[in-house]
Amino acid sequence: MGDGPPTLWEWIARNWDTGRVGSIRDLLGDHLVMSLVPIVAGLLLALPLGLASVRWRWLYQPTAGVFNVIYALPSLPVFMLLISVTGLSQLTVIIPLTFYAMAVLIPAVVDGLGAVPEHVRQSAVAMGFTPLRRLVQVELPIATPVVLAGLRVVAVSSISLVSVGALIGQGGLGMLFTRAYQNPFLPPVIVGIALIVLLALVADGLLVLAQRLLTPWVRARRAT
Amino acid sequence: MSWLTDFFGDPANWSGPDGIPARLLEHLEFSALALVLAMLVAVPLGLLIGHTGKGGLLVVVTANLARALPTLGLLVLFVLLLGTASILPVIIPLVLLAVPPILVNTFEGIRGVDPELRDAAYGMGLTGGQVLGRVLVPVALPLILLGLRLSAIQVVATTTVAAYTGLGGLGRFVIDGFATKDYAGVVGGSVLIVLFALVVQIVFMLVQRATVSPGVSQRLITPKKGRL
Repeated sequence: MGDGPPTLWEWIARNWDTGRVGSIRDLLGDHLVMSLVPIVAGLLLALPLGLASVRWRWLYQPTAGVFNVIYALPSLPVFMLLISVTGLSQLTVIIPLTFYAMAVLIPAVVDGLGAVPEHVRQSAVAMGFTPLRRLVQVELPIATPVVLAGLRVVAVSSISLVSVGALIGQGGLGMLFTRAYQNPFLPPVIVGIALIVLLALVADGLLVLAQRLLTPWVRARRAT
Repeated sequence: MSWLTDFFGDPANWSGPDGIPARLLEHLEFSALALVLAMLVAVPLGLLIGHTGKGGLLVVVTANLARALPTLGLLVLFVLLLGTASILPVIIPLVLLAVPPILVNTFEGIRGVDPELRDAAYGMGLTGGQVLGRVLVPVALPLILLGLRLSAIQVVATTTVAAYTGLGGLGRFVIDGFATKDYAGVVGGSVLIVLFALVVQIVFMLVQRATVSPGVSQRLITPKKGRL
């Protein structure tokens, strides 16, 4: 290693796992937690709310309205306002991202269930399915492609949005951006952007795979 | 709550280049500039691709990829590469992130028009340009406006974050307040940005109500969401 600034690869090798807080590996782990929790929590909360909105139609307009407003709020001021409640913790980033996820997933659940053809629903009733069994074995599987499409949007945008949290010191890989800005140096920015885009692509790929495994009939129908 | 009265009650916050009116105007200027530039690129391109049907897959794939790009990373990258002599390094990522929602929704809007409607327009003797201008655009308008609205959400948020790299606007109160532990500034600035975003939403809803033909707005459209 010479006297000049380290090259990209040297910088990566030196900072990948320093054993201290703030190594790239450390930040990657934080980033995964802060993006995965909102994706999963958003889905778990959107499912019952979406189901309720389908069951009681009047509920849908107000729910969608509230989440449309929430979705329009920029993340940084929301993080800042939440600090007084949750402090400078990962939760300050996780909670708003969960709400953004719900704003995308609730309509996806409602649209997905709306895509169940009436004759299919009636066939299930005629076959003696109880409402719960009909939901789990007929309606939810048919809704899966639409819900997963929403989940892909949520996954990719959550992964990229976590980095804004760096401005309150909780940004996962986004911390590389603030570090690079305070001490002007390109490699951390490049590594940060590359890893975030890579994470997003992997998440997206896994969801596409999940869709293939969960809805084999979609491909079977296309093949015939 | 006392933070709010501290912030909004301080007369020093209401005048000068770092007062609320000046910062509000800056935020509006940067957001509007980025949105208009993005619109000038994305709307014609979306119309062209939707109308000719060529390059659609490319648009969708690119837009999905763009959603993965981290705002803060792009801002820092361009500022480090181009310096802070002008606002160009900040405007580039703002526009870059504002283009995909408009492009995708314009494209999807045009492509989604009922083919029978399109054929009927041609059958009436309209030229390609007339079909686009008199039939396809009015029918696709709700989706085009949705794209603009999502893009505006994106731009207002990104302009806020851009205060970190030295841009003016309402983000200054938040970023500077956080750096100097001036929590009245942080909370006051955050509330201002939230209100600003809500007003932008309301304006877009009013524009939609005023411009979309009533014959069109009765039809159900499925919003395409996606935060970039």
